[in-house]
Parts: sequence; C-alpha cells; structure tokens
Amino acid sequence: MEKSLNWQEFIITRAIKASGYSAIVFVGLIFFFLLREGLPTLGEVEISSLLSVRWYPIENYFGVLPLITGSLIVTIGAALIAVPFGIGTAVFISEIAPRWAREILKPLVELLGGLPSVVLGFLGILVVSPYLRVFLDLPTGLTAFTGSLLLGGIAVPTVVSVAEDALDAVPRAYREGAWALGATRWQTIWRVTLPAARSGVLTAVMLGVGRAIGETMTVMMVTGNAPVLAIKLGSLFSPVRTMTATIAAEMGEVANGSTHYHVLFFIGMVLFLISLIVNIIASSVVFRAKKRAERILS
Amino acid sequence: MTTKFLARHRHAVQRIGFIAITLMAIATVLPIIGTILFILYKGGAAVSWEFLSGFPHDGMRAGGVFPAIIGTLYLTLGTAVFSVPLGVAAAIYLSEYAKDNQWTRLIRLAIINLAGIPSVVYGLFGLGLFVLFLKFGTSILAASLTLSIMTLPVIISTSEEALRAVPQSFRTVSVSLGATRWQTIRRIVVKEALPGIITGIILGLERAAGETAPILFTGAAFFLPRLPHSPFDATMALPYHLFVISTQVPEMPIQIQYGTALVLLVFVLTLNLSATVIRSRTRAKRQW
Repeated sequence: MEKSLNWQEFIITRAIKASGYSAIVFVGLIFFFLLREGLPTLGEVEISSLLSVRWYPIENYFGVLPLITGSLIVTIGAALIAVPFGIGTAVFISEIAPRWAREILKPLVELLGGLPSVVLGFLGILVVSPYLRVFLDLPTGLTAFTGSLLLGGIAVPTVVSVAEDALDAVPRAYREGAWALGATRWQTIWRVTLPAARSGVLTAVMLGVGRAIGETMTVMMVTGNAPVLAIKLGSLFSPVRTMTATIAAEMGEVANGSTHYHVLFFIGMVLFLISLIVNIIASSVVFRAKKRAERILS
Repeated sequence: MTTKFLARHRHAVQRIGFIAITLMAIATVLPIIGTILFILYKGGAAVSWEFLSGFPHDGMRAGGVFPAIIGTLYLTLGTAVFSVPLGVAAAIYLSEYAKDNQWTRLIRLAIINLAGIPSVVYGLFGLGLFVLFLKFGTSILAASLTLSIMTLPVIISTSEEALRAVPQSFRTVSVSLGATRWQTIRRIVVKEALPGIITGIILGLERAAGETAPILFTGAAFFLPRLPHSPFDATMALPYHLFVISTQVPEMPIQIQYGTALVLLVFVLTLNLSATVIRSRTRAKRQW
C-alpha cells in the first residue's frame, strides 16, 4: 500500500513536470516546422525577387514587400487608434471611474477581447465599409483604413488590461504624496502615476501592436486584398493586403511542397519571429512585476 | 507662460481632462455594446428552430447551420480533451513544484510567446505537423490539437493564478496531517482553486470556439452534406461558415448571414458570461 502510493506519486509528479515543460517543446516544434517548410524558399526564390514589389504567385512572382507594407500600414493605423483609446480607458478605469462604473467596464472590455474576429470582419463588410465608402467618398470601402479601424478595436482590450494593471501597481503613497503637495488629481495622473507606470504602459502598447500584426480574419475580410505597395499616405484609403491575410487566403489552394507553399510558410516564419521579438522585449519588462505577466495572458 | 496659465486654471484643466478621458472610455465601450445589440437585433429575425436544426441547401443560400453548430461543439470538446489536462498539469507544476530558476523563467517566456503567436501561424504549424507530418489529414483531430496548443497559455496562466491564491497555510496543515504532496495538491489546493481553474478553461475554450484561422487548413470544411463520423473527418464550424457565407458565396441572403453571426456570438458570449459569473461569485464567497 505504502509502496504503491509512492510509485503512483512518482509517476504523477513526473507527468506534471513534463506538462510544465511542454510549453517550451511546443514553441520549439512550431519554430521547427515553420523552418522546415519555409526555409526551402531561399533555395527556390532569389532574394532579389523575394524583395521585389510584385506578388503574383501564379506567374512565380513572390515579392513580399507589398505584403509587408500592407501589414505595416494597417498595424500603424490600428496602433494610432488603440493606443490613445486603450490608455485613456485604462486611466479612466483605474484612476477616475467610480466603483460601479469599473465593475461594468472591465467585463465589457474583456468581452470585446472575446468577440470572434470573424464576427468583426463580417460587420466590417456589411456595416463599416459601406458607411466609410459613402462618408469618405471612396471607390471602395474595403481599405487599409477600414482594417485599421477594426484592428484598433481588437487591440484595445489588450492595451487596456495590461496598462490598467500597470497603473494599479503604482503604490498609493505616490498619489497621496502628490496630492499632499497640492497637485490636482489630473496633474497627479499625468506627472506621477503614468510616469511611474511607464514600463507597464509601454508593454501594453507593444502587446497591443503585436496583437494587431498577427490578426488575420478581420483584416482578410475588410482590407480589399490587393497586394500593392503601400507607402504613400493615400495607401491608407486604398485596398491593401497583409502577410497574415495572404497566408490565410492562399494556403488552401496551393499544392503541398510547391514554391508558393514554401513562400507562405516563409511569411509565417517572419510573423513568428516578429511576435517572438515583441514578446521577449515586452516580457523582459514584465518579469519585474510577475503579477502583470500573468494578467497579460488571461 | 503656458505652464503658468495651466497652473492657474488647473481645476478647469482637470475638469476638461476628466471629461475627455470619460468620453474616450465611453467611445471605447459603446461600439462593443452596439455591436452585440445590432447582431442580436438583426440576427434574431433569422433564427428559428429550422435554422438551428437544418442543413444548409441550395448552395448554402437556404436552410440552417446545424452541422456548423455540431462541428464547433466537436472542435471545442476536442480542444478541451487535450488542453485541459495538459494546461492544468502545467499550472500545477508552475505553482506547486517549479523552483525559481532559469528553466522556470524559460517556461514562462515560452508561455508568453505561445500567447502572442498569430493564429494563422498556428494554422500553418497544424498543417505542417498534424495534417501532413503525422498524416491526420484535414480532420477534427488535427484542428482540435492545433486549437488546444493555442489555448494552452490562457488555461495555464489563469489556473496558475487560481492555484497561487490558495493560502500557504492550507498546504502546511495538510502535509502536517500526514498527506503526501500530491494528496495535498489534489484534495486541498486544486479543490480550493477549482472555480478559478474552471474560469480559465472556459476562457480558453471561448477563444478556441471563435477562431477561424487555425482551422482553415487543418480541419474546416466548406460544406458537408452529413455530420462527421469520426475524429478523422473534416467538419463544418460556425466561424468558418460565417466567413464562407459572407465572402465566398455570391448572392447570399443577408438574413442567414446575420443569423449565423448571432448563433456564433451567443455561443461565445455564453462561455464568456459564465466565466465572469463564476469568477465574481467565488470572489464574493471566498473566506480567506
């Protein structure tokens, strides 16, 4: 009895430990399979052609610049929306709102985080883009700007929850000190609380941007899917195509093992590396406050 | 000059500032409520018993969404089968066993990275590993496995937080009464943390149920005339179905589109609300 209990406990402990390490294994596996299917690209397509401005896979043009600029312009637009509104909402929830408003706002923002991106894309097609087309007098409502607008909404919950945790973590004594010196609450927020929480707020911005770069379905549905170089300001109001949307739209139709297939995996590899870099930088800040790291994920 | 001006009128500045921030928060929240009410209103007209229990026909331009509902249920349950034991065990490891060393930090870094990987990259990974390398084909099994790795970080981090919230004295007392470490974890720590763990599981599954990109090439089917028979069959799913009928099918009746969006939204919102309710009820009831 005693013996079998020990034996059982030994196995269970081992299984739990293995589960603990599984996260490392999965990140490794993901990277391995992206490399395995993506790296052959470098042997099949010349670098100069990969860095050209023409994406037309049927005729073997695999220039990824239009896709990269597409992702960039949509993401920058989304960040311009999500950062001020996300930080503003976080300041409101943590510093200004009465208790009852906080109790309503927090679950609502979380709810936005849980809305399926395909539903937002659907509304983007049916409601947002027709409205924008008429309002801005454009030939089509499916533009980078439409994508930015919806992506901003998708990135907001991430920014709010991380930034709010950072503000929460600022010791109350900081604020009391400022008030005692005669600062108004508004001055305290801008000159004491926000500066004290700046590393966490920066993390919030980075994770929000990371979320926006990786978003797929909404962007694929509303940005018009035109792989053209987007480097002018006017590109914001014309159709573009992002890296994520390209993978999602084309992977279903390519032959396994073809050059096109390898290039799509190569783009996936680039996306993986971008998110890896963003998250490593963000978490090097986050590790100082462990509670915050846990909140990012939940 | 301006600084002086601002300082003299700092109370007016504060009033204007507070109004501006409040308006920003309202501008953030109103579209959320608006979106949900709009879909409830528009989709409500389309949803009927026939819509929920019927197969699509006439090239999806008529009929219901039954196979997509069942498919999403299968995928969500399939995801749970893999991600719940693995995720909860990993959380137990991090909260009860792991020492604060380099390896543990690496695990945490890996979890944060898993949470940040774009969903479409999960789709590529699932295609490479499960569909092609392990030869599962485009199937419920391959899609569920892909989704479960994607949901792991949510389940791990929320469960770990719940386990850590159990006071250390509970463990000390249990061990001092002669219980082994595992007995203490199973009968005391996990039991006390259960509502928090369940919240984490639901939040993870909510994400799995609503995702489209990871199942695009791993298990989603455009249209199937029958329900899947085994885990090795492909399946229809609500999010993919909504994507298909709103972008790929010309002259699709708008009612069916809104109805499908409503069913998906209700599915996801139910999960989200139940997680919120469980969490706030345990917070209210907690005595330690």
